[in-house]
Amino acid sequence: MRKLHFHLCGNFKESYEEELAIFETDFGRFWLMAGVFILLVIVPLTSSSYTLYLLNTIGIYAIAAIGLNLLIGYTGQISMGHAAFFGVGAYTAAVLTTRLGLPLLVALPLSGVFTAIVGMIFGIPSLRLKHLYLTIATLAGQFIIEYILVQWDGVTGGAEGIAVSNASIFGIKLDSDLSFYFLIFISLIVMAWVMVNLIRTRFGRAFVAIRDNDRAAEGMGIPIFKYKLLAFGISSFYAGFAGALFAFYMMTITPEPFNMWLSIEFIAMIIIGGLGSVSGAIFGTVFIVMLGEVLSMATEFLMNYGPVADIGVNVAPLREFVFGLSIVLFIIFEPKGLAEVWRITRSSFRLWPFSY
Amino acid sequence: MSFFLSLLVNGLSLGFLYALSALGFVMIYKSSSVLNFAHGELLAFGAFLFLVLTTWADLPIGVAFILTLAGSFLLGFVIERLFLRPLIGEDLIQVIMLTVGLAAMFKGLLLFVFGGDIHQYPDFLPEAMNLQLGLIQIPSVYVATFIIGILFLLMFGFFFKYSSQGIFMRSVADNQPAAMSLGVHVRRVFALSWAIAALVCAMSGIVLGVINGINVHELSAIGLKVFPVVILGGLDSIGGAILGGVIIGLLETFTGGYLSTSLREIIPYMVLVVILMVKPYGLFGLKEIERV
Repeated sequence: MRKLHFHLCGNFKESYEEELAIFETDFGRFWLMAGVFILLVIVPLTSSSYTLYLLNTIGIYAIAAIGLNLLIGYTGQISMGHAAFFGVGAYTAAVLTTRLGLPLLVALPLSGVFTAIVGMIFGIPSLRLKHLYLTIATLAGQFIIEYILVQWDGVTGGAEGIAVSNASIFGIKLDSDLSFYFLIFISLIVMAWVMVNLIRTRFGRAFVAIRDNDRAAEGMGIPIFKYKLLAFGISSFYAGFAGALFAFYMMTITPEPFNMWLSIEFIAMIIIGGLGSVSGAIFGTVFIVMLGEVLSMATEFLMNYGPVADIGVNVAPLREFVFGLSIVLFIIFEPKGLAEVWRITRSSFRLWPFSY
Repeated sequence: MSFFLSLLVNGLSLGFLYALSALGFVMIYKSSSVLNFAHGELLAFGAFLFLVLTTWADLPIGVAFILTLAGSFLLGFVIERLFLRPLIGEDLIQVIMLTVGLAAMFKGLLLFVFGGDIHQYPDFLPEAMNLQLGLIQIPSVYVATFIIGILFLLMFGFFFKYSSQGIFMRSVADNQPAAMSLGVHVRRVFALSWAIAALVCAMSGIVLGVINGINVHELSAIGLKVFPVVILGGLDSIGGAILGGVIIGLLETFTGGYLSTSLREIIPYMVLVVILMVKPYGLFGLKEIERV
């Protein structure tokens, strides 16, 4: 048996391999394995279908958020149109399976690829523009795609949407929350694993270089435009893949959910979770989905609560307010997000009783 | 022909409204190079404050107008003090995301208090201001808008060109550390520019409210419509914002009149993408030489 690695009391790294290692200690590796085991074996056995529904929603949004984090957190290009790309993925999957009769396992990656192409089209302005202008271009993309989804009746079914039916893998019908749970979380684990490793390659380093100083990056021989487009493509691929999962899971899709507000929620997820961190995107998604759930429960409670119901005020908009407030508070007080909070908590345990 | 003429007049007046609502946006961009996503909500805040003061508190129009402007000026200060000051020197991404969060907060609050319905101001503009130009009659609202717009345009033009505060603002937008080291009080400049921008927004909000009725959703949508307008004109040019507004307004009404009404809402954004690809700094925008 090989020697186990624990935390050293200082920075003694001697090679780039050590610097790039995902797990500093075997302890972390063990806990990740344990987490995956709990996620794939224990959770599905013990959860009610409502919990599974929540977890599935988190899983789907987390994939999209990881993609957005590559674009905003690692490459530094703000996109306000992620929900639209999410929608493009959903519609592509629906059209591919209902019109062309493709199986789910083919339709999923194909929708991702198609969305990546669409995303790259809206990334083209990045050839000449820096981030402020690019933000506006993606905002325009959001509105234009939304418009196309509503107006292109022949393909998207207009405001009525498309019904997606009989999702199945190798003859196994996916018709329960549980079966989707496995599909979604295996995808999430694979996608997160790919992203974590992508960041460690030359591509990942190039993205970070562009974010930190694009002129310096270009000076060091990184073809900026190519890499920016690539970041757009990969990020849209994640959005499209997640969107396709969303379409299969929801069974019917309408243009409605893919609006500007969802784009803002995606941004909120990665800001609250922590820019430039894969686990942060997942933390943020959990936070936002749970916040939304708690808020709608609170709203429902307040609506039926005697005194409030009597006055007849509509408390639903307060949801939006709390969302905005949480974004603002995180930016001001913890700009690195939940990932940083998690790191601080961990290290304060590790350094106890001398934590700071 | 009369259809064409009425479209023309409608387009021009709509465009002028856009231009007017873009002023506050350009103001903030010029002084701190922040894209303000909460712009529409600032418009709505002013419009609703005026509504509260005129209908609920029943104040005379003039007093209500001045109080609204004062209130918005204060709001601008408060926003800067509470939310933006902690971020001085931080990445622009953070500041922009902060305005997105602010937008959600304000929208939620306004919807909570006033609901999603359309509210109306009481009639207060004198009949005598209705203009008769040949065949077309121009309602007094538009005349008032036009006068206010021109007035503000001139004031801002002179403010940025000649006043020391205006020059400070431009220097801060251009390079914060450099401005600081030359003795510009960056925090005061920020506070002042947000306050003035909020004031301008309130005024535009009132005008928009008089013409279309006041509705939270619509006003915040106009806040996003400002983007095509300012990109077309050049982000930091007030004259450009006016011209951009007029072009976008004409484009919208003509598309709505001759092509299709559903295309009307989206055409500004299509134009926006084209402009960004062809002429990213707009018609009058300051070209940044550095380009990557």
